[in-house]
Amino acid sequence: MIVRLMGEGQFRADDELLGKLHELDDRAQAAADAGDEPELDSVLDEMWRLVQAEGERLPDEDLHPSDVVVPPSDLTLEETQQLFSDQGLIPDPPG
Amino acid sequence: MAGLMSRTSAVVKAWISKLLDRAEDPSVTLDYSYEKQLQMLQNVKRGVADVVTAKKRLELQTSKLETELPKLDDQARKAIAAGREDLARAALERKAFAQQQLQGLDQQVTGLEAQQEKLIANEKRLSAKIEAFRSQKEVIKAQYSAAEAQTRIGEAATGIGEEMADTGLAIQRAQDKTEQMQARAAAVDELVEIGALEDFTTGETSLDRELAQISTQSQVDDELAKLKGELAAGGEKKEIEQ
Repeated sequence: MIVRLMGEGQFRADDELLGKLHELDDRAQAAADAGDEPELDSVLDEMWRLVQAEGERLPDEDLHPSDVVVPPSDLTLEETQQLFSDQGLIPDPPG
Repeated sequence: MAGLMSRTSAVVKAWISKLLDRAEDPSVTLDYSYEKQLQMLQNVKRGVADVVTAKKRLELQTSKLETELPKLDDQARKAIAAGREDLARAALERKAFAQQQLQGLDQQVTGLEAQQEKLIANEKRLSAKIEAFRSQKEVIKAQYSAAEAQTRIGEAATGIGEEMADTGLAIQRAQDKTEQMQARAAAVDELVEIGALEDFTTGETSLDRELAQISTQSQVDDELAKLKGELAAGGEKKEIEQ
């Protein structure tokens, strides 16, 4: 599986790493739902650290799409919510 | 319950399909889509360059503001000379606040520097992927049937689209941050500038007005005394001449 850390690049993750990531991901979602920004930040930071330490970085020129994307760990709660809203956080592609 | 990772992937995928919808059918217009990618890379490069410029400007602005802080000391000194300790205190309070804001800005500029390095790495990755696409499209054109080619191109385009979404977001966030910092620097600038005596005509605060009044008052007193002196001297001279 390929994991993208948004703003950092892509990593190949084995099943063990993915398992850990999914556990943390559930906690991240719960924190986001509860509006608990410190918890969300710390869980996302942990996910980033884990992927960087245990994942295998893909070369820049690799063209594979990612299976999952981890949002940036330095987003505010508001930005995270906006990322998933209709309004979006990613600017529209140029026409 | 979908986690954050799959929701983020879905957001990115939706963005990419919006991007691909705008492009021509990639299987028949390989060269065209490569041209389009190059155009977008140019936009990204411009965006990164804008952030770099804005950061430099902010650095200049904060260091210029630091050199202007002594204006507030002058103001405090003038106020004390005029026997107005309350105004002197207000000027020094303003200086302390401006200093604090400037320190915060310095830290943010350092943060922006890290963000800028990431942006440059982002741009490099995007550039490497587009270059890889350029060579792959030739291979794909030569080796695959139209249907196979379409699948492979679709995948490659998604890979590139992902990097574009990623870079686009990074640029957007850096720009937002720079704008916030510019607004903060402008507020400090106003604080220091309006605090200065020579701006009393535009200054809105009572501190400025009061200090300006004191200053005007003493200038008027000085000039009055000077005029009186001149008149008195002139009168004496006339008497001597007569």
